Amino acid sequence: MALSDLFSRRRKEPDSDAATDAGAADSPVHPTKALAKFLASLASRTQPRLLDLGPVVGSNVTFFGEQLGCKILVEDLYKDIDRHVREGKIQELPAFFAKRFPQDAGTVDGILCWDVFDYLDKAAATPLAQQLVRILRPEGALLALFSTAEPAAGAAATYTKHMVVDQSSLQHRPYPAARGKQRPVLNRDIQRMFEPLRITEQFLLKTNLREVLFRKPADTADTSPAVPAPER
Amino acid sequence: MWKRDEAVKPASGQPAPTPAVPPAPSQQASTPAAPQTDVRRQIERDVVNIGKSVVIKGELNGSEDLTIEGHVEGKIELKDHVLTIGPNGKIKAAVFAKSVIVLGEVNGNVTASEKVDIRDGGAVDGDIVSPRVAIAEGAHFRGTVDMQKKGAQSGQQQKPSGQGGGQQQSQQQPVQQVAQPAGR
Repeated sequence: MALSDLFSRRRKEPDSDAATDAGAADSPVHPTKALAKFLASLASRTQPRLLDLGPVVGSNVTFFGEQLGCKILVEDLYKDIDRHVREGKIQELPAFFAKRFPQDAGTVDGILCWDVFDYLDKAAATPLAQQLVRILRPEGALLALFSTAEPAAGAAATYTKHMVVDQSSLQHRPYPAARGKQRPVLNRDIQRMFEPLRITEQFLLKTNLREVLFRKPADTADTSPAVPAPER
Repeated sequence: MWKRDEAVKPASGQPAPTPAVPPAPSQQASTPAAPQTDVRRQIERDVVNIGKSVVIKGELNGSEDLTIEGHVEGKIELKDHVLTIGPNGKIKAAVFAKSVIVLGEVNGNVTASEKVDIRDGGAVDGDIVSPRVAIAEGAHFRGTVDMQKKGAQSGQQQKPSGQGGGQQQSQQQPVQQVAQPAGR
């Protein structure tokens, strides 16, 4: 193979800038290593309950439904963030997250956070993480993606729909957001935020994403009651 | 060289048998005019429409396909038929049907034995129980999706529950039912 062939192949690879093309059907497909582990951790359970914090993606619902036969609960937190930003109530987000989840403690088998924590400051991220820890059952799994790069100055704010192509790849489809990504969360802060969860797998991808798979220890007994249901 | 296949073409003067489903356009062209109108009438009779101005409060049962453009509150049960909620339809009810197509708004739990299809512009606030679920880009959904595996379907008959939001049904289910040890 000639050296020129390598360069020509390189040019054909999807550019990271192309990811900002909102809603493009040919959005770039990125590898994922943690998703397969997350699925494997849920596969041993009969009809697990999965909480998806991202926007509703029909193909994801089908994928998880068929792969796991699970019960999927979709709670679009990006929409909540957007609403608070547009209404100028971003400072109320921590209190909102503290009451956001009406589920009883330990009733969810798996949680897909996607990159929602990238859009939150520490004050809002902490109560959200605590609520997720509360509703996750012992030995349950939580998957979150954290950006390791500083947000680009001047770039249009976008959220990303993570569409599952297969167990090892995700299509990233950006769409307009009211709020851009915040500063990257440090590794030690991630660990503290989700205590007492344990990080079982962590992958640092070439796409400047850190995939973190958490597990709730089996001996964690949280019997705190569910918070009252929020107004819809 | 080429021989036209005339097996499906009806003999001249003889009316074509009434098909159970709408015929394809090519078949319609070869069907005589009078039977065609009969077929249309038959189809119109089989699909019932509830118009925009109609408001129903209570229980709606049926044994034919139904399209709702109006408002329904209560319970809708079309066990072996297709329910279409049109773009103007607003449902505040527990829905049970063979197949449900949503282009309007549904506030309540949807149970289908075959498929739930939320189209662009459609909105569902409630829990979905169906072996197949399609949610189009641009559709709104809030609640849970329970796509029972084929093997699990028979053992987990869904009981009709009252209307309500997405979390109601999930909260009613005991935790132990979900967190059983692996059976696979």
